Amino acid sequence: MKYKSQKIAYWFFALSMLLLSLQLIYGFIMGFAHMGYDGLHSIFPFNTARAVHTNLLVMWLLSGFMGAAYYIIPEEAENELVNVKLAYVQLISFALVGVVAIIGYHFNYWEGRKFLEIPRPLDWLVVVNVLTFLGLILMTLFKGKKRTTTSLVLTMGLVFAALLYLPGMIWFDNQTMDSFFRWWVVHLWVEGVWELIMGGILAFLLIKITGVDREVIEKWLYVIVGLTFISGILGTGHHYYFIGTPKYWLTIGGIFSALEPLAFLGMALFAVYMYRKGEKKHPNKTALNWTLGTAIVSFVGAGLLGLAHTLPQVNLYTHGTLVTAMHGHLAFWGAYAMIVLAVISYALPNLTGRKLYDTPRGMYAFWLSNIGMLGMTVAFGVAGVAQVYMERIMGVEFGVVQKEIQVHFFVLICCATLFTIGIALYILEFIRHGKPNDEAIINNNNI
Amino acid sequence: MLSKNQARLFFIGGTIVTFSIFLGLSWHTLSTEVPKKTNSQKITKTVVSGKALWESNNCMGCHSIFGEGAYYAPELTKVIERRGEGFVKAVLMSKTPWSPRGRKMVAYGFSEEEANNLVEFFKWCGEADLNGFPAKPPYKAESNH
Repeated sequence: MKYKSQKIAYWFFALSMLLLSLQLIYGFIMGFAHMGYDGLHSIFPFNTARAVHTNLLVMWLLSGFMGAAYYIIPEEAENELVNVKLAYVQLISFALVGVVAIIGYHFNYWEGRKFLEIPRPLDWLVVVNVLTFLGLILMTLFKGKKRTTTSLVLTMGLVFAALLYLPGMIWFDNQTMDSFFRWWVVHLWVEGVWELIMGGILAFLLIKITGVDREVIEKWLYVIVGLTFISGILGTGHHYYFIGTPKYWLTIGGIFSALEPLAFLGMALFAVYMYRKGEKKHPNKTALNWTLGTAIVSFVGAGLLGLAHTLPQVNLYTHGTLVTAMHGHLAFWGAYAMIVLAVISYALPNLTGRKLYDTPRGMYAFWLSNIGMLGMTVAFGVAGVAQVYMERIMGVEFGVVQKEIQVHFFVLICCATLFTIGIALYILEFIRHGKPNDEAIINNNNI
Repeated sequence: MLSKNQARLFFIGGTIVTFSIFLGLSWHTLSTEVPKKTNSQKITKTVVSGKALWESNNCMGCHSIFGEGAYYAPELTKVIERRGEGFVKAVLMSKTPWSPRGRKMVAYGFSEEEANNLVEFFKWCGEADLNGFPAKPPYKAESNH
């Protein structure tokens, strides 16, 4: 690291790891419930586990994004963060709001709108928190010596993400309107502005790891985020097929979401091409694995598996089935979880000065978690397709079908165990790096 | 090959064009189409209270409505048509956990009025025009019991 204030990133990453481990526990509770073992029903009914599982996902990813921004922006802008104390206040308040929300879910304090379960009063605290974060980032950028495309794209992603949180806070009497605006948050986040964040982080990592000229990388960054928005914004239409909106969304959503994999294909080709083109080989092999991994797995999970059920003719049958969970898991893993793990793997040795670049544990963490997640995706896919055929085509009753597909959750849980071992190894490696310290500051521009 | 400026122009131009189309279509959808397709004049106070109960209990954490929610419990858009009002009310008001085929539902023990509100909400949902969702299964299985 080059600036003292970058150290704050470490604590966001640490929070991220903590929340990720909690997310896994709730995932297991749900997996077992699907398999027919919901012994915890009286303490954690399924809807609680589900709300906690998805909200922890959003929180640890956001914590990772914020940490990434606190690490990347000072370095790109060539300036210390304007107010480090305020950044710590922001970190602690973010953790507090999150913890209150998560605990609240166990006591029926929530708002049952998938992914946006945080109750309205806490929403306002989130807004204040995110504004503080953005204020710090923007001021740092403004006062900095340089404004690079990478930092601009990353910041733009964060600003839009904050703005798009607002439509989710409006109350509607009509379920359709409610749903319509809920997707402004959820879809435009994950298939829009979060991809800007991902693209920004990816560009930063590729510049550092491959040593390819910044101009070349940033040019392609524009093309990729351009493709993302062109396909992704109107691609929102694929959530508007069956919620009480006009038929033209079937056509528009179908066409534009069929284009969505292009942005991810672009991202994958871009990362691999830059890696091949790069003359410098950065010693941090773990970070390189995660960086190339995120670009490739996001193409498969978000791009291809999204396409697998996004055409309206298919979606009519798969809408609201486990097929969605199949796509959701690999998409979030590939596109967002892996980019956060990539930036952590890259930043950690620089923050702590311990260069655990290429350890067997780091490698096992990468492969086990990826193989585990791939297996889970297959298990969800098999269960989902079986559900669609039995329930939606043969007309077998929901409960009967669920009994039939219970067995697939055994494999799901086995794969989830592999995945968890991988993540545990990753977290062990995280702990082994120790705490950040000022001695780790270097002047070498290339690390 | 493309220059960086052209790439930036592609990004900004593409975003502005698609976002404008998106806003225009959204306006058209929300101002004229949604009220027609969802019979918004039929959203009474009872329906709204039902929706509030639906949300405050996070029913979407297990069930789905309009195909949105979780995949642990049945889709409820057409639940009144499928099961009838009496059955749904009995489940909602049950004080002991309801567990069809071993899959448990929280015993909410709603009052008669609350159960009515939820039923009215489901009725309204069931009447919305969802472009053919949920599709009627092309075949009818014989082994449903």
